[in-house]
Amino acid sequence: MAIKMHILVCGGTGCSASSSHEVIAELNKELEAHNLTDFAKVVVTGCFGFCERGPIVKIIPDNTFYTRVKPEDAKEIIEEHIIKGRKVNRLLYVAPDTNEHVSDSKHMEFYKKQVRIALRNCGFIDPENIEESIAREGYAALGKCLTEMTPAQVIEEIKKSGLRGRGGAGFPTGTKWEIASKSRVGEQKYVVCNADEGDPGAFMDRSLLEGDPHSILEAMAICGYCIGADHGLIYIRAEYPLAIHRLQVAIKQAEEYGLLGEDIMGTGFNFTIELRYGAGAFVCGEETALIHSMEGKRGEPTFKPPFPAQSGYLEKPTNVNNVETYANIPVIINKGADWFNKIGTEKSKGTKVFALAGKVNNVGLIEVPMGITLREIIYEIGGGIKGGKKFKAVQTGGPSGGCLTEKHLDTPIDYDSLVAAGSMMGSGGMIVMDEDNCMVDVAKFYLGFTVEESCGKCTPCRVGNKRLLEILTKITEGKGTMQDLEELKNLSNVIKDAALCGLGQTSPNPVLSTINNFWDEYVEHVTEKKCRAGQCKALKQYVINPDVCKGCTACARACPVGAISGTVKNPHVIDQSKCIKCGTCYEKCKFGAISIK
Amino acid sequence: MEKIKNLADLRKMKEGMLGKMSLRENSNSSEAIIQIKVGMATSGIASGAKETMNYLITELDRRDIKALVMQVGDMGYCHSEPTIEVTIPGKEPVVFGKVDTVRAEEIIDKYIVKGELVEGILPANYRTI
Repeated sequence: MAIKMHILVCGGTGCSASSSHEVIAELNKELEAHNLTDFAKVVVTGCFGFCERGPIVKIIPDNTFYTRVKPEDAKEIIEEHIIKGRKVNRLLYVAPDTNEHVSDSKHMEFYKKQVRIALRNCGFIDPENIEESIAREGYAALGKCLTEMTPAQVIEEIKKSGLRGRGGAGFPTGTKWEIASKSRVGEQKYVVCNADEGDPGAFMDRSLLEGDPHSILEAMAICGYCIGADHGLIYIRAEYPLAIHRLQVAIKQAEEYGLLGEDIMGTGFNFTIELRYGAGAFVCGEETALIHSMEGKRGEPTFKPPFPAQSGYLEKPTNVNNVETYANIPVIINKGADWFNKIGTEKSKGTKVFALAGKVNNVGLIEVPMGITLREIIYEIGGGIKGGKKFKAVQTGGPSGGCLTEKHLDTPIDYDSLVAAGSMMGSGGMIVMDEDNCMVDVAKFYLGFTVEESCGKCTPCRVGNKRLLEILTKITEGKGTMQDLEELKNLSNVIKDAALCGLGQTSPNPVLSTINNFWDEYVEHVTEKKCRAGQCKALKQYVINPDVCKGCTACARACPVGAISGTVKNPHVIDQSKCIKCGTCYEKCKFGAISIK
Repeated sequence: MEKIKNLADLRKMKEGMLGKMSLRENSNSSEAIIQIKVGMATSGIASGAKETMNYLITELDRRDIKALVMQVGDMGYCHSEPTIEVTIPGKEPVVFGKVDTVRAEEIIDKYIVKGELVEGILPANYRTI
């Protein structure tokens, strides 16, 4: 009897962390116990993107989408769904707007607006099985390039597709390859994949490598063919053990199948790939720093030019692209540039993967066509703001990006519109914030990150960012002045102009963009010593309402610093100069007499 | 394991894998192809739904008709088991009762291939969400 059902289980980092591997083991055990191994099989896949509710189990052919599956649910899934065809309702996804169970993934708002090109195989194939990749056109694009196209034709196709670098800056990929191909012809060259994903909250590249490693290997080989390189290096952070494992398996399989190595598909083209591990420094995502780190030197950037295409790894011409950029290449070759450049906007073609995080109902990995609006992402795919709160801002581009606010909700998202709005595409982190987020505090968070990650080579970044952080800290502690706000702006502009590399040049963006969009909040912190979101602890004031206070003394007894005075059955008072804003009194009061201002 | 020595080898391997992946590929584009649900509750199985389902899968495969055959729970027609629901893209679902392998062949021949209706259609008595 042929296999009639596939049980797809996510084996990505997110779902593995919530023990999807035990779910897999239990499902297999139950299949065996019921003699169903020739009727249904379990397939471990990459990320489905719906990480908020992992582990995810998807039943094929009916596309039933089970969320938060525990090992003990395996028995019910097999006995009810697989044997009797009855869906296990309690495990189905519940739509946040209607509170109804959603029968399958086709009916989930989360997937309706998505267009999956880079993520085409994630959550669909077993990433550790090269044959499943081949069944989905894996290595077909490489074969086509090697046998039917010249390197110049491939580059022309990529240029025509309008693909731009997905790492953040959006440089046209075809042009980058062309420069590398014409640079020092005949010499040893290298293809590098930048998998040093460092933005807080970003996990696009990791999920891609975990879910579909072969597409990246294939695209790197295509790049090698185009620029005249026979060796590729993937720079990946050591803190991505699963992605590293999947890549190792994929490279080994590709070599065994003759799809990497010498004389690939009998064409005489040679290409090998090795992994290089990074220690997780944010600056090593910058291409010159990345190359130095791979050479065994300090991960510090150098001035460009020379660009890596002229003198990169071991001073040889080197092409560096981001993981997601490579993931698009095989599709462009297979389906043609004209197919690809119909998706997206005039200047930004194709799709973009975002790691949607923060205060939205559906946190996860999404891929959307360029030109989609923030409103569609947050309210349709993301399922709206958690707890029905009010939307305040979206942070895109991580520590190098900025905030978009309500007035940008209907702006079509592409490289240029985001820059125009004072943010940037970045690698694709998207953090949604609601009314409870303080924008000064957000800027401070990112600056704290940059200060820690600055390599210290140039003064504007090393000292300038530290000063910015100090001023921000002063403001959040209620000690800021209007002069400080002016200095924030001036210093930010100086750092932008004077810093050596991309990290420093973009590090003041979170400050500038929050100042531009939320100037009122900054002024409030300075003049009224007030934080409207209640996030800046030092600006909080606990006040006792004398009309409600019964004089029970519970708060005075609980206060660790003795800031509350008053006698029994008379209203108490908090001495603001002694108060350390710990909130203990607020929790202890049984009458709701204490409020936070 | 044989090395892939040329593009033809790669294509051959891809073709060889299609059968193993068709279940997933078809479910990916489930709106665009014929869907057949087979009622596989106790009453369905007791009256031979398993044989019907196996027949449908092998026969459709043999005729190279792209279709998604799924088992579902009780559809509520215990008087006419085995029951199957056939949805041709763009058309309303049609439920057929008492479908043994002979009837299944008739349904494939007439309804699925030619679009003609066959005796024994049950009135749809429910709406799915």
